[in-house]
Amino acid sequence: MAGKTMQSMRNPLARVRGLGSAKEGVHHWWAQRLTAIALVPLTIWFVISIAGLAGVDHAGAVAWIGSAPVAVLLVLLIAAVYWHAQLGVQVVIEDYVHNEAVKLTALIALKFAAIALGVASIFAVLRLAFGG
Amino acid sequence: MSADRRPLSPHLQIYKPQLTSVLSISHRATGVGLAAGLLLLTWWLLAAAAGPDSFAVVQDFLGSWLGYLILFGFSYALMFHLCNGVRHLFWDAGWGFELDTVYKSGWAVVIASVALTVLAWAIAIVSA
Ligand code: HEM
Repeated sequence: MAGKTMQSMRNPLARVRGLGSAKEGVHHWWAQRLTAIALVPLTIWFVISIAGLAGVDHAGAVAWIGSAPVAVLLVLLIAAVYWHAQLGVQVVIEDYVHNEAVKLTALIALKFAAIALGVASIFAVLRLAFGG
Repeated sequence: MSADRRPLSPHLQIYKPQLTSVLSISHRATGVGLAAGLLLLTWWLLAAAAGPDSFAVVQDFLGSWLGYLILFGFSYALMFHLCNGVRHLFWDAGWGFELDTVYKSGWAVVIASVALTVLAWAIAIVSA
């Protein structure tokens, strides 16, 4: 047995498990894929529905948004799409913005904007669903 | 290795565009464009919840030539990003890495995204 060789295979792995960005990076990657998978049926449903609503008046839009299955699907769509979009734009900012202060500011603005707009959108849907 | 013999990454001004590289950067460009377009979805929902007057403002904007231009761009970007996103997911699962498959799936994305956009607008025109 070449004990020395075995050691040189083991040690780097043992060390690397505690190092680097492997945890946060994997979580980001996984969330991007998970939301992408959810968005496949949700966007197909949304595009077909919204195309069918072309030229709708206010009463028609309110009736559609507020109806039970539609409201639930819209909330799921809003959550998935804003989550997916901010994860994606985060990577773009990290790739192209090299000034640390500007990068940090842009990332904070991105996360706050995504949460604020996503929550506002969900609130609008729920308000119509509960007839507010 | 001496500094002047280091390998260089593609120099975009002289790098011949290929289907693969064009689709790759288009996925990023459409992703960013779609993210900006989410503002429109949020505006539409908030206006619907606010009442008929606010809603009429959004619908008027969407019915203008600029509104149609944005809607058309958004719909094609979404269909492209959707189709190419599915291609990405297959790659993530380890499928489709052979060079000829990469080109075939790339052309499939181009054709499917155009077809789906036409289909969506056909539904809109019939419904309007
Ligand atoms: C309006 C809806 C969507 C928005 C705003 C959006 C936004 C984005 C953004 C900004 C990125 C980052 C691009 C980059 O890093 O270069 C991205 C990546 C991605 N998107 Fe979307 N997306 C949407 C819908 C979808 C859908 C429906 C799918 C379906 C499969 C999808 C699949 C993906 C995948 C797989 C990636 C990662 C690509 C990579 O590894 O570079 N997206 N998206």
